[in-house]
Amino acid sequence: MKMMKLAAGIAATLAVAAPAMAQDLHFPMLSYRTGAYAPGGIPFADGYHDYMTLLNERDGGIGGLPIRVSECETAYNTERGVECYESVRADNPLVIQPLSTGITYQLIPRVTQDGIPMHTMGYGRTSAMEGGTFPWVFNYPANYWDGASVAINYMLSQNEGSLEGKKIVLVYHNSAYGREPIRTLEILAERMGFTFLPIAVDHPGQEQGSQWLQIRRERPDYVMMYGWGVMNAVAIQEAANIRFPMDHFIGIWWSGSENDVLPVGAGADGYTALTFHGVGTDYPDYADLQEYVIGRGLAAGAGDQVGSAVYSRGMYAAMLAAEAARTAQELAGHAQISTAEMRDGMEALVITEERLTELGLPGFSAPFNVSCGNHGGSGAAMLQQWDADSGTWSLITDWIASDRDLVRELAVEDAAAFAAENNITSNCDM
Amino acid sequence: MLYREAGDFKSTYSSDNQTFPIRGDRYAYWVALGFAFLVVPFFLGDYWANSIVIPFLIYVIAALGLNLLIGYCGQLSLGTAAFMAVGAYATFKLTTSFPGLNIYIVFLLSGLVTAGVGVLFGLPSLKIKGFYLAVATLAAQFFLIWLFTRQGWFFNYSSTGMIGMPERSMFGIIITGAAASSTAVYMTCLIFVVGMAWLARNLTRGTLGRTWMATRDMDIAAEIIGVNPMISKLSAFAVSSFFVGVSGALMFGVYLGAAEAGEAFSINKSFLVLFMVIIGGLGSILGSFLGAAFLVGLPVLLKLLLVDLMGWPADLARHFEVMVIGALIVIVLILEPHGIAALWRTIKDKLRLWPFPH
Repeated sequence: MKMMKLAAGIAATLAVAAPAMAQDLHFPMLSYRTGAYAPGGIPFADGYHDYMTLLNERDGGIGGLPIRVSECETAYNTERGVECYESVRADNPLVIQPLSTGITYQLIPRVTQDGIPMHTMGYGRTSAMEGGTFPWVFNYPANYWDGASVAINYMLSQNEGSLEGKKIVLVYHNSAYGREPIRTLEILAERMGFTFLPIAVDHPGQEQGSQWLQIRRERPDYVMMYGWGVMNAVAIQEAANIRFPMDHFIGIWWSGSENDVLPVGAGADGYTALTFHGVGTDYPDYADLQEYVIGRGLAAGAGDQVGSAVYSRGMYAAMLAAEAARTAQELAGHAQISTAEMRDGMEALVITEERLTELGLPGFSAPFNVSCGNHGGSGAAMLQQWDADSGTWSLITDWIASDRDLVRELAVEDAAAFAAENNITSNCDM
Repeated sequence: MLYREAGDFKSTYSSDNQTFPIRGDRYAYWVALGFAFLVVPFFLGDYWANSIVIPFLIYVIAALGLNLLIGYCGQLSLGTAAFMAVGAYATFKLTTSFPGLNIYIVFLLSGLVTAGVGVLFGLPSLKIKGFYLAVATLAAQFFLIWLFTRQGWFFNYSSTGMIGMPERSMFGIIITGAAASSTAVYMTCLIFVVGMAWLARNLTRGTLGRTWMATRDMDIAAEIIGVNPMISKLSAFAVSSFFVGVSGALMFGVYLGAAEAGEAFSINKSFLVLFMVIIGGLGSILGSFLGAAFLVGLPVLLKLLLVDLMGWPADLARHFEVMVIGALIVIVLILEPHGIAALWRTIKDKLRLWPFPH
């Protein structure tokens, strides 16, 4: 009880001490720079932060208003994620980016209730692409089921269009994240006649001996991986140990960072992973980053992540958020947009090749547009391959489209179940 | 002077045996209750409710449950999080299977389900004790989480294995789901905490509690004086699991809203509740409150102080917080091995005599 008195006292003090609302655009970040998943969380947060700093330094923010980025440490823990969400909720956050599928599931009902848009780029609940059921949640440009479908399409292209009789294993992080693609892959297996075997790895994934023993026994043609954090490097090491052909080992985009392959050394050479954005630093945007952010000593974190795969993804997320805010400002006709206006901006977002070139990121992303009926973007992805000698990722394919009809069909089914449970009627006029 | 005991005479057995024999304590108890029920709900902001007060109340129930088992009956358990998961999944299954069932009844039934599971995993305690029993309960942790993440029936075959709490209300007030106001959630948790703390306090004062304590202090001697060790140990497991199950049900139902056994109820949570009990004070109801407040409130308060007031980077503050809490745990245990509750007991003894200690 003493605690509560103290809490109420401090709350009162804080409420009085809160500064007057300044004119700015608040982009909160639910990041994790600590814990078992920090190797993924740090570059993403740095990329997001640096791009926003770039906009502030080079363009003076978005539409003349400065950007304010706030960070809240979740350590990939759902309870801390809730605490972080509560702490930014009242501070006019334009878009929430939780970078965790678990936290996403927790926040979907809350952001819907509070009317705050959430962008789960390439993670989160896949059926959120159905904007009619999930008006406040966006997961463009690609989702987990797209990823599974793109990987299968790539295998098809390698096998003259047939996977009949092949055996494909999925090594997955045993959480909501890793389980997402299973149903899609099961259906694809049925349709294409390959054998599908999911193998779970429990958090945090440092022990995978038995899983890889099983893989060795099963002799699959391909292994797919939906992993995150330390699990990735361990899996690649185990694959190298059993001499599994690395170019037949395909990771989702969250299993394709430098931190995953570097510890394995030469053994990781040829490992492939999906990506929904370009790799490397050969973009004019990076020159600007160097000039305005890194050169001025404004880089977030230790500044040693610039150009890595997940850093680029964080930057991409920031770019999409900034573009959505710009669209929202155009739609609203004023610069200080509200969360509802931000949502409309996200729903009207159009990414074209011309716009990407203007932004200094030509070919970095597949062009896509968002609509009320489709919060999921294009669904296209590329494959990147690791070269252990030069220590770089290189793209080995062009954009590969996913089987959007199938993904859509499954998403509609899942969204309908959610809508029925929660009494939601679609708010798109389709 | 704080405790004015002069004139506080006890002329009946019932007044001599009451829960708070000292008048000052009794008044403090009623003031605290009145404050929690009548004042806090009107001043509680969403942030404070959702980040400190509600998790604190939920953890208090879990800590009470574990304290009954470890502190009063002496049976070490490392399966607390798994039993919380049982409560959570029971709530999910009950509320989705019987949508019309009153949500408070669902929470209590979830506790009963957990009590059953707890008795099952308490059976090894009849043969083994101490560290060996801890390892046996560790098996509960791994087995139950395995069950909840691998068997589709438990999560209604959802593609992700997550369970989500549907919206439920009572007397027209929404209690679960995102639309529930923090006041409604706070009151729900408070009612359960007060009810269960009252139950725990009275159980430990009665026959059952005395048999538990006899078993804890020396099980052979207890058997000789006529305590049935089977009933004593299994009832401790049942009651403790009931508490922990209700706590898990509340954690999932009103606080998290969506959960997944492997993440929300991992072994870390078992240790967290165990630390609450040890730091708060073994064998003390007040200790469960203090331990939960220490381990739930302090991280958030530190974060507010370091990040929001002093402007530290979030990751540095987090690392610092881990160090500070770790150091505080060590310091508390060195200075007061019996927990914060024992510290309070010492202070109280001094206060009762103050300002005339002789």
